[in-house]
This record gives sequence, C-alpha cells and structure tokens, in this order.
Amino acid sequence: MEEVLPVEPREDMTEDAAKVGGENGTEVILSVKDLTVGFGSNIVLDKLNLDIYRGEILGFVGASGTGKSVLMRTVLRLLPRRSGTIEILGVEYDAVSEEERMALDMRLGVLFQHGALFSALTVKENIQVPMREYLNLPQELMDELARLKIDMVGLAPEAADKFPSELSGGMIKRAALARALALDPDLVFLDEPTSGLDPIGAAEFDNLIAKLRDTLGLTVYMVTHDLDSLFSVCDRIAVLGKKKVLVEGTIEDMLACDDEWVTSYFQGKRARSIVREDDKKVS
Amino acid sequence: MTRSQVKTETDVQLAEADDGSTRAYRFSGDWRSVSIHLATPKLNAFAAKGGEAGEVDLSEVTAMDTAGAWVIRRFMTQVGDVKLTSDKPRYLELMNALPEKLPEPAAEGKKSGSLFIRIFTPIGNSVVSAWEDTVAAMFILGSAVRGAQLKLGRHSGVSPAAIVSQIDRMGVQAVPIILLMSFLIGAIIAQQGAFQLRYFGAELFVVDLVGILQLREIGVLLTAIMIAGRSGSAITAEIGSMKMREEIDALKVMGLSPIGVLVFPRLVALTVALPLLTIIANFAALTGAAVVTWSYSGITFATFLARLQEAVDFSSVLAGMIKAPFMALIIGVVAAVEGLKVGGSAESLGKHVTQSVVKSIFVVILVDGLFAIFYAAINF
Repeated sequence: MEEVLPVEPREDMTEDAAKVGGENGTEVILSVKDLTVGFGSNIVLDKLNLDIYRGEILGFVGASGTGKSVLMRTVLRLLPRRSGTIEILGVEYDAVSEEERMALDMRLGVLFQHGALFSALTVKENIQVPMREYLNLPQELMDELARLKIDMVGLAPEAADKFPSELSGGMIKRAALARALALDPDLVFLDEPTSGLDPIGAAEFDNLIAKLRDTLGLTVYMVTHDLDSLFSVCDRIAVLGKKKVLVEGTIEDMLACDDEWVTSYFQGKRARSIVREDDKKVS
Repeated sequence: MTRSQVKTETDVQLAEADDGSTRAYRFSGDWRSVSIHLATPKLNAFAAKGGEAGEVDLSEVTAMDTAGAWVIRRFMTQVGDVKLTSDKPRYLELMNALPEKLPEPAAEGKKSGSLFIRIFTPIGNSVVSAWEDTVAAMFILGSAVRGAQLKLGRHSGVSPAAIVSQIDRMGVQAVPIILLMSFLIGAIIAQQGAFQLRYFGAELFVVDLVGILQLREIGVLLTAIMIAGRSGSAITAEIGSMKMREEIDALKVMGLSPIGVLVFPRLVALTVALPLLTIIANFAALTGAAVVTWSYSGITFATFLARLQEAVDFSSVLAGMIKAPFMALIIGVVAAVEGLKVGGSAESLGKHVTQSVVKSIFVVILVDGLFAIFYAAINF
C-alpha cells in the first residue's frame, strides 16, 4: 500500500454526511479562548473569545485599527500571542506533532486582502502550488483540477495561463479564492473579499461564496466592511471592539444591540437603505 | 519513514450481472485528493477498455471531495452512457455541481515559423531592444540635464538635501570597502610585478608599473565596477519597486517628472562621488604597493615616492580622473533605464537588477577601452 497523508476525512464528506445534511451543525470548528495579543506595551486583543461553527459564514466587522487583521493573522499563526488557546478543528496547533500540523495546514485556505498570488507564476501554477506540495497527482490531473477550480470561481478559461499582473482586481480575488480552495479546505479565511470590487462584482462574489459553502460544505470566516455581504450571505456576525468581541449573533441581534458603534454601523444611513430594500422584498 | 501509513480502501470494482445485461462500477473507500492516486490507474484501465451503458454506484464511498468527484465525473464522460446512483444526497449534489466538460480556452494560433525565422527573430528582437535602451538612456540623460523642474516651471525643483543624502549613501558609505579593495589590488599588482621584473634586474620599475596602471586604468575601472554593483543595483531596485507600486505614476500625475525627482539627485550624487572615490582608491592602492615593495623587494618609502614622482606625470593622473564622471553617468543612466523597465512581478524586479549590474559593468569596460584608444591616438 502506498503511503498517504494522514488526513482525517471531514465529517460532511464521510458516510454520516447524510445525517448531518446541509444544516449548520453545532460542531465548533474554530475556537478562540482568552486570547491576548500585544505589541510592546500596546495590548491589541485582551482575553478575546470566539467560536465558529461548521458550515456557517461568519462576518467579522469592527472599526479600523481594532485588530481584525491581527486576530486573523494570530489565528493563522502569523503573529505570536501572549496567552490563550486557539483550537482549529479540535486541534491545538502548538500541542501537536509536525505531521499533524501539516495535515491541519491542508485543511485551511486563506484569501489575503490583496490576493497574494505568486507574481512569477501563472494563475494555473498558483492553484497547483499547494497540490504539488501536498498531493501525489499526475500533472494532467492537476491541470484539469486547476481548470475546474478556475471554472468554479467563475473565471474565464483563458485566465489560466495569465500572470497576476495581467489580471484585474476582481479577477485577482477570484484567482486567489481558487488557490485557497485548491485542497478543498474545511475552513476558509477571507480578508475583505469584496473590497475594491464594483457592487455587481461584489454581489456575484457573495453568491459564489454562498454557493461554494452549500456544495462543498465550507466554513467561512470573512473579515468585511461590505454591508451588502453582511446582510445577504453572513449567517452570523461578530463585532470587534474594545479589544474583545463586543457582540455576536444574527443581523437582528446587531440591529437590537445598543452599543454606540454597532448602532451607528448597522443603523447608519448606508445600512438603513439596505434594510429598507429587504423589507420591500418581504412585503 | 516519517509519515504514518493510513489504510485507505480507495477502489473501484466492475460488477456484472450473471446474464451480462447490466454492468455496475462500484466505487468504494476514500475518494479525496490525498488518496485518488491509488485508484486512478485502475479507473483509467476501465475507461480505456470502454464500457457500455451501466451504472456508477457511489454507495460504498466513505469520503469524497471535488478532486475525487472530478475523477469520477471524468470517468463517466469517458465511458459514456452511465447512470449515477448513491444513497448519499451530498455526493450526488457535489457530482452534479461539477461541469460535465471543462471549458476550453479559445485556441490561439500558435506561431510556428520556419527555421530561418526562428533563428533570426531573437537576433532582431535584441537589436530592437538595444536601440530602445539607447533611446531610453538618452531620454533619461536629457531629462536629468533639464533637472527636476515642475511642469509650470516656477521652481527649479533641485533638492540639495536629496543630493547630499545620496552622496552620503553612495559615496561616504562606500569609502571603507573601496579603501580595502584598492589597497589589496595595489599590493597584488606590486607583488606580481616585483617577481616578474626581478628576472630582468629591474625591480625598481615596479613603481612605474603600479603607478601608471593604477592611475590611468585600474583605479577608476575597479571603483566604477564596485559602485555599479553597490549603487547601480540599489538604484534599479529602488526605482523598480516604486514602479511596481505605482509610485512613479503618482509622481507623474502630481506634475513632477519622475526622472527629475528620482534619477537626477542620484545621477548628480554619483557624478560627484565616483571621482572622489577614485582619488581615495588611488591613494589606497599606492599605499598597498608601497608596503608590498618594501617587504618583498626592500624598496624604502622614500625611494618609492622619489621613483613615483619621476614615473608619473600630471597627464597620467588626469587621464584616469577624466573617465570617472563618464563612468558615473553610465552607471546611473543604465540603472535608471532598467529600473523603469520593471514590470508587475517580483521576478521581473530581480531580472532587471541583474541586467542593470551586468550592462553597466559591460558598458564601463567598453568605454574604458574606447578611452584607451582615444588617448593613444592623441598621444595623451
């Protein structure tokens, strides 16, 4: 028998999937407990707690400079933490062996704010980087899978052989999403996926994320400022402020919250127009 | 073996009914990207045999992701008329979400010329790009001469602070390495010269050799090469990364000439710094030579200096020094041309920094040769 990476199949891919179904299970996929992060004497996050459940799209908002990116980068282990635990898929990263860490890395996908595509590689080669490193597939099949991912994220097939510098902003986001999905991850981190896109492109991107969540069973952690995204695709929203998660819950919870920043964010002029449109649709 | 082995039963079986009327491909086990390579050969063999109408049964599949689903979907397309059955709606949903066929990119006409064309295309391209480089270099030199002028022409735009800070970076900070390098070069030439001239009993003439060679040729040449590697590469990298981040475009729309703002101070700084560094290099090399001739050949410092005064006249010093500002301009202009050619990728930045150093060293040596021919022609 040939050797295979010891990656446990994820729940919804296994036989029990039918039981779990498409509904949001209650399994916690990412759990952050008492997380403290600081630089020098400046504490950015203080004893922060956050849970993300399987199959949901969590929208993460907060004023500029409150540490949204710091939290995401800490969860991805790009920044050191002072204290607290971060469990991804039930695994505490620091407590496991090299081998298990690698298996864990395979199950995460990240879309960076500016795409972070490798500029010297074409879109197709960018998508194949994780496949090449982790999997044992023939080149022909990798080519097909790369083209499949390109098709899934809604890029034209001609984009496969283009370099990142030849792509528009929206195409870069889509290509970066295709790379993030290369290994069919369980948990995808999206850093401002719709920033810099026109409203129609942004709405398409939102639909794409919702569709991928439904077909692939992704769990999505989305840092965003796009009120449309928050209202249309996010199942749950968490607000970061005062070095903690101020409030988390559905959009109704946000509208009911009496925190000053949350009120002005979700009930400001821009938000009200969206709420009104939703009301119209209902009536 | 560091990785533990995981038992997977990725497999596909062909089951036929007794009378051969119905066929079913039973997929079982783990059909994910980590394990599909175990079963793809078997699947390909089935596909190569070609199947008749049958059934694809996913009931025994324990795990599946897009890669696995795609392999099965592709197999179904290859085999032809098959029916998909599974008792797990999730897998059917995933399979159905995949396209039956991948969209093909619009075929581009491949350029395939005759042998003649394939040989001469690169030559033609390089001639054209060499001409374009020359034009770009002239443009940069011309713009730099015009200075960092604002579009309205109200202000000269020359910033003395920028020039002084560049002189500090390219000149003052290069002094230690230039001193050390030249000291060693002078010492090495003197040592080799002393050993060879000893056969003719003309050991004292090593002073002539080192003095004339260093002052006319080696001093300015090696300093220019060192500065091309040290500052030329820095200029290309700075301008190139500013180009990548659209900072050059920002300068343009503000009404500033990027060449005036970025290249001009660097060119001025190089033109000032390189002759000064050459003087320092000459002193260091002569010191090195004096030390070596004293220790190997017993020529005292007083004798060395007296012989040097006889051997070297003012024209030798001048012949070397005249070249220095030309070398500085070549290094600066080549570096700026390459910097402005940087495209969107990190790879292109690296390529152009390399090109900048290689081209400026090549042109510096070429120009040094031209000067030597010129001096010989006018008996300088």
